Amino acid sequence: MTATTLPLTSTGPQDEVRPQLRLVVAGSVDDGKSTLVGRLLYDTKSILADQYDAIEAASKRRGAQEVDLALLTDGLRAEREQGITIDVAYRYFTTPARSFILADTPGHTQYTRNTVTGASTADAALILVDVRNGALVQTRRHAAVMALLRVPHVIFAVNKMDAVDWSEERFEEIADQIREIGERLGIEDVRIVPISALTGENVASSTASDGTKAGTWHDGPPLLDILENLDVQAVEQSLPFRFPVQLVIRPRTAEHPDYRGLAGRVSSGRVALGDKVTAHPSGLTSTVTGIDSPQGPLAQAQAGDSVTVLLRDELDVGRGEVLTTPEEPSRTIDEIEGVVAWLDERPSRHNARLLVKVGTKVVRGLLTTVRGHWDVDSLAWTNPGADVALNDIARITVRLSEPVAVDDYATDRSTGAFLLIDPPTGATLAAGMVGDPLAGAPIAAEIEEDDDEDWLGAGSSI
Amino acid sequence: MSALVLDDVSAEQTDTIRALEAESIQIIREVVAEFDRPALLFSGGKDSAVLLHLALKAMTPAPLPITLLHVDTGHNLPEVIDFRDRIVAEHGLDLVVANVEDWIADGRLQERPDGTRNPLQTVPLLDTVNERRFDALLGGARRDEDRARAKERIFSVRDAFGGWDPRRQRPELWQVYNGRHAPGEHTRVFPISNWTELDVWHYIDIESVELPSIYYAHERPVWLRDGMWMTPGPWGQPAEGDELLVKRPLPDGG
Repeated sequence: MTATTLPLTSTGPQDEVRPQLRLVVAGSVDDGKSTLVGRLLYDTKSILADQYDAIEAASKRRGAQEVDLALLTDGLRAEREQGITIDVAYRYFTTPARSFILADTPGHTQYTRNTVTGASTADAALILVDVRNGALVQTRRHAAVMALLRVPHVIFAVNKMDAVDWSEERFEEIADQIREIGERLGIEDVRIVPISALTGENVASSTASDGTKAGTWHDGPPLLDILENLDVQAVEQSLPFRFPVQLVIRPRTAEHPDYRGLAGRVSSGRVALGDKVTAHPSGLTSTVTGIDSPQGPLAQAQAGDSVTVLLRDELDVGRGEVLTTPEEPSRTIDEIEGVVAWLDERPSRHNARLLVKVGTKVVRGLLTTVRGHWDVDSLAWTNPGADVALNDIARITVRLSEPVAVDDYATDRSTGAFLLIDPPTGATLAAGMVGDPLAGAPIAAEIEEDDDEDWLGAGSSI
Repeated sequence: MSALVLDDVSAEQTDTIRALEAESIQIIREVVAEFDRPALLFSGGKDSAVLLHLALKAMTPAPLPITLLHVDTGHNLPEVIDFRDRIVAEHGLDLVVANVEDWIADGRLQERPDGTRNPLQTVPLLDTVNERRFDALLGGARRDEDRARAKERIFSVRDAFGGWDPRRQRPELWQVYNGRHAPGEHTRVFPISNWTELDVWHYIDIESVELPSIYYAHERPVWLRDGMWMTPGPWGQPAEGDELLVKRPLPDGG
């Protein structure tokens, strides 16, 4: 079999196909997030008839004139009583153009833990802003977390436009606030879109659900159009090849006596038959002779594909190693300097013994230094040496028991991510990012200068 | 002749399904790599058939190093049991069946007054997990099944009683899964969490995943009880005065 007879990738040509979009939605209390999520589900016909009948009846019982779409997703009271505090809810909807996985994060309590969790897997973020309140502290916090987690596209939906009679002046005023936030945080792609989740105007279509259009001045695309057309795979595909090995497949059967394949999922870039690859941390190099996929042998695999890579030489390479292109290898380190978001109720302790999971590798670690805490309101780094508690974001140093292969999170979101795990309970204590995740942002330079100015007037009202 | 009529699967849908497939295979491989004795809950239903299909693909060309586990209520349609046994034989798989009947026979469980056995499955499941020392159970549950499941994790830690403590459920970040657990505990893993009902049917279509024949339209003797068409079996027979008809169910349930 030669390379030319094999299909290029498992997913076929990418030109016209818009891949699934993973979207994290965040908003403050009463921004209308539940109504917007309900509106998206309803307008994309993702609601079954009996579900709709149930919320229609419930709305009538409450004396509402219109059907309250927020009831489709509201279910939090009972959960709060049960004490669930980690409550990112995943919801699904599909349009003819694209399918969506929506991570719905609550706005009020525990916002950092939930937003970090939802943002970690997101291709795009949707942040709700109440047009009557403008970009509040909570908006800035959400934007800061999205920037820290390096969500590539951040869409600010300025909601409740109906409540200000679709005032263009008011919208532009808030759009200016948002643009300033986006620039300071170095968010690459900021979109700002006026909507009314209540009437449906500019959500799935440019008109309200009754066919009227109040914001006649607005000629940009509606929110759903923007979401349907975001180009989300480009980043991972253009990065250098990275392939964390999950396991070695060795059938040792009569049919496949000598098969030895490295199974894993391409996290970045692409690999083709004949490519030279280097394993890290071992540093061993070989040539790709086969790529087996769920659809059979391929000539090439790309970011997102789960494949099994066959090499010319039988290298002693297994779980925990990362295959990379030799030209642009990952870094092998035995000490992580990075930023963590603390997710557990128990705070960090100085010199705490931890497990560190990087990709498919787990090593022992020692939390040696807390270099500073991030104040997400002022964006200053404060309190070096202080313990890191739930919802804190801190710069830390962790010494490792053995070397691991990583990239800076700022360049690669998958090989630059790590977890801190509590050895006795196995609980996930923190989500970590190698290096400075805000590298390249204007705010990163300010951080270096230890600038603690009240950067966006966080203390003053807007 | 299929009872469910699908439109042609579009390029977008195929792309979505391949992305979901890649994610599920990654999760299954994590389980094989990190756990000592994983089992896959296989009922013969469509979601578990898709899960098994994915597990076989995840390890190909090696044999599947995962035991299949079926908690059999004794109330299954014969087509489902035939299908289960045929798939097991075809792929040379290791199947453990926990028969709810056995637990009732020796008094560890009592039959419920209403005759339904679904709630009785927990004890045989946990007894078998403890006896066989399974440390991971792969299941075909999906988050879109109902609102209550929208917050379930892909790796869900259970205590020795199978209990789900919301405080112990871990946030899941990136594609880094944390399956660590204490001795005596096990982890439930749901590799198709992010699939919708329609994704499952599209996948069955494009991959020609085999299902029990009763998933498809066919004629069958039925009678009406409390608004539901029932077919005679060990779970019940028509009462006196119930009219037994032969019907062919339609996709809309008519």
